[in-house]
Amino acid sequence: MPKPDSLQGSLDLLVLKILSRRPRLHGYAIMSAIQGMSGEVLRVEEGSLYPALHRMEEAGWIRAEWITKDTGRRARMYELTAAGKKRLAVAESRWQAVTSAVNRVLRMA
Amino acid sequence: MSWWSRMANVFRGDLLSREIDEELESHIEEAIEQGRDPAEARRAFGAALRRREESRDIRLIAWLDSLRADAVFGWRQLKKNKVTSAAAILSLALAIGACTSAFRIIDALLLRPLPVTEPERLYVLSRQGFGADGKPATYDGCEYPLFRQMRTAVRDKAELIAISYPMRMDVTYGSDHEMERAYRQYISGWMFGSFGLRPALGRLFTENDDLKPGAHPYAVLSYDYWSHRFGQDPKAIGRTFRMGNELYEIIGVAAGRFTGTETGTVTDIFVPTMMHAGVNRSNWSWFRTWARLKPGVAVEPVRDRLRAVFRAFREERVKEFAGWPKQRRDRFVNETLLLEPAAAGVSMLQRDYRRPLAALGVLVALVLLIACANVANLMTAQAAARAREMALRVSIGAGRWRLVQLVLVESVWLAFLASAIGGLFAWWSAPFVVGMIDSPDNPARLSLPADWRVLGFGLALALGVTFLFGLAPALRASGVKPVRALKGGEDPHSRRRLMHALVAVQAAFCFLVLFVAGLFVTTFDRLSNQPTGFSAERILTLDTVSERAQPPAFWDQVAEHLRAVPGVETVALAGWALLTDSSRTEFVSINGAPPTEVLAYFLDVSPGWTEAMKIPLIDGRDFRASDTSPGVAIVNNAFAKQYFNGENPIGKSFESRGGMRFQIVGLVRDARYRNMREPILPTAYVPFHSINAKGVSQPRSWGTFIVRTSGSNPLALASILRREVPRARPEFRVSNIRTQTEINQSQTVRERLLAMLALFFAVVALLLAGVGLYGVLDYSVLQRRREIGIRIAIGAQAGEIARRVTVDIFAMVLVGAAAGVALGMAAVRYIESLLYQVKATDLGVLALPSLTILAAALLAALPAVVRAVRIDPVTMLRAE
Repeated sequence: MPKPDSLQGSLDLLVLKILSRRPRLHGYAIMSAIQGMSGEVLRVEEGSLYPALHRMEEAGWIRAEWITKDTGRRARMYELTAAGKKRLAVAESRWQAVTSAVNRVLRMA
Repeated sequence: MSWWSRMANVFRGDLLSREIDEELESHIEEAIEQGRDPAEARRAFGAALRRREESRDIRLIAWLDSLRADAVFGWRQLKKNKVTSAAAILSLALAIGACTSAFRIIDALLLRPLPVTEPERLYVLSRQGFGADGKPATYDGCEYPLFRQMRTAVRDKAELIAISYPMRMDVTYGSDHEMERAYRQYISGWMFGSFGLRPALGRLFTENDDLKPGAHPYAVLSYDYWSHRFGQDPKAIGRTFRMGNELYEIIGVAAGRFTGTETGTVTDIFVPTMMHAGVNRSNWSWFRTWARLKPGVAVEPVRDRLRAVFRAFREERVKEFAGWPKQRRDRFVNETLLLEPAAAGVSMLQRDYRRPLAALGVLVALVLLIACANVANLMTAQAAARAREMALRVSIGAGRWRLVQLVLVESVWLAFLASAIGGLFAWWSAPFVVGMIDSPDNPARLSLPADWRVLGFGLALALGVTFLFGLAPALRASGVKPVRALKGGEDPHSRRRLMHALVAVQAAFCFLVLFVAGLFVTTFDRLSNQPTGFSAERILTLDTVSERAQPPAFWDQVAEHLRAVPGVETVALAGWALLTDSSRTEFVSINGAPPTEVLAYFLDVSPGWTEAMKIPLIDGRDFRASDTSPGVAIVNNAFAKQYFNGENPIGKSFESRGGMRFQIVGLVRDARYRNMREPILPTAYVPFHSINAKGVSQPRSWGTFIVRTSGSNPLALASILRREVPRARPEFRVSNIRTQTEINQSQTVRERLLAMLALFFAVVALLLAGVGLYGVLDYSVLQRRREIGIRIAIGAQAGEIARRVTVDIFAMVLVGAAAGVALGMAAVRYIESLLYQVKATDLGVLALPSLTILAAALLAALPAVVRAVRIDPVTMLRAE
């Protein structure tokens, strides 16, 4: 289990959250979504997205499917599974707990 | 689910890589489509290959994947060297198969527990005493009155159970002409309950079925017998059969695999001990006493209590033997009672074959070790050829363990393939060997299931073998020093030292196998070429029984009738055929003196018997029809030597048991009586017609017709004679027909088995050692070809080269053979009891294996020497 404040943990959280809003995205779209929504603040290192996606796929949180696009190229589309939804809920509440804790410390100090 | 998909991905690794690549590629193309600069997009993505490897490791089980890759690589290596691989696999397979086969038989006969509850609480009683020849011997027969006393004495600590020796009986479910044979055991009624056995059908005996002598004519069948005799017909219950003069009713079938306690014999019919005629006799031992200890009870107190009862019983009985010499009476009283664990059952087969099987097991293990040494040498030689490959692997970052795995996986391939073939070999050969133990009238039946015990053994063997031959080459390969190896100058001597050591070990083991095989073959040869003193040629023996005892005149009538059958030359009668392990021993007393220490064999024979057996009459006359026993006797040379100091005994008399008096009327040459191994003992042949003290002739219910046929194949007459006997007198019936030759051969069944198998293993060992030696020499010539080339270039002679190439190896062979001699001398005392007229120190026994190994070594060295001498220095040096 990755630590809630690790980078990896937050990448997982972001991917899961985006997939929960917009099902069936390919890797590039997920990456663009993270960058777009965060107002270009969060930049995902492009290459490291895929091992993370594959790890979550093996963990059963997301599942993938090949589709053929209009251009004739194939793309691998991801969507959330039931286990992924549960996982998202856990990760989200944990994230909230950590950030509010950090905020509290920042306020008090 | 995820674990499963990762596992599955291992076996579609290429597809997986392509999928990952495609996905990564689609990412970059997407980026370009979005208007990013292709070069920038690629740079931003980073090292695609590393990402692929990362993803790949996530999506499959990494260690399994590397194992798979090694397995594929190992398989290719094996295929690359087809001939050597096949040789290695086949030699290993033969050795593994032989080992597994030996284990199956040893396990089935000696180790496998009886199918009863808690067999480890079972013990069997035996007594340590002295045999008729004065040597220490063990007996396990017991008398029923003694059994009763002992059972009462230990009741609170153990349950005693009487189980008779199994006998092959004539049984009929209809008339006498439909006789069939079945193995019968008398058992205590409470045996089934005590063993925790359940009925498959009907009911089993209880204590109440074993109370009054002769009052319980009931039988329980074994499941095996019920299946093959009745086809599992439930109507078998309630059927009756006749066995002897008694009619039995079948009341039940025992469930499961239980077929008695005599391992190697499958009992068909169980009847209560109370049905045995000897149940009240203190001088008739006819069963073994089993003890089932209560939980938590130690053996010693039970044994001590049994000993006390036994001694009291013997002290009481010895009073009847006032006429015995004192030493014999003392021995009778002083026999020691033993109580030994018997979870695997007890049988004669176990007693006869425990040592031979152990000896064969050791031989087989040695052959396996020789084969392992071969494969180890082969792998070492191959590893040498692959030193550069290994060095390269190390240089590009392969870990030590990874290299060990790489080489070990190859060994696993070898072991796996060899085990598969070896398993097939064992599956075929174990029943084949058991079949060889058979004698026609006493088939050995061992259940040889291929269950977890055998599988487990096979697996352990394969693993053990893999590490035995694979580990050293693997560690050596992984220890490669890349710099030195790539420079091409790895120290060749270290490798050769290991190979030379293995050659010495092979030579030692090979010598041992050859030596032991030589002893067994000589034993068989000496034993089967022992003069028997009679002629077995064209003789048929008809074991005959009659309903009720019949007067001697009727027996003569049958003999007379058989003489008239065309193809019959002579017919005589005897108590039993010679060399059947049957015997009767009696004391002999001369001129009223106290009985002598040495016992004599007795055999009742009719007039014409010595002639039929072609035992030459030295002096005196044959029996006449009017002769009776007691009255006259014919004795052999040994008898005259023992009791009459070698003087002509004709006309002299001797007395035997109960003051029976015999006058000696004939003297015959020595002939073997009971078996082939024992020295020829004094023997008295007495007339088949016996009379009691009042001179009334005694009827008898069994005897053996000895028929010498005129045709060369006596068995051709067997069915005719079987028919003719009841036609002469309907009360008579033939229960067994054998040729005397067959009986003689059954005397050496064990020795023949040992000689044949040992010889087979000796040939295999020699072959393997020879091939191994050839391989090592060939390799060393290959290694030293530069050196040899230079030597030839500077003028070395062929003889000098040959000497240089072979001297180390031959020194190793000699060292090995010397060690083999030492091992052989040490080992021989364990098999001494299996040998006959041959000593480990006999020159021939030692010289033959030594010469054979030397010859094999010379032959194996020849190709390598030729190769070395033919090295052309010019091509050699130019090639480097």
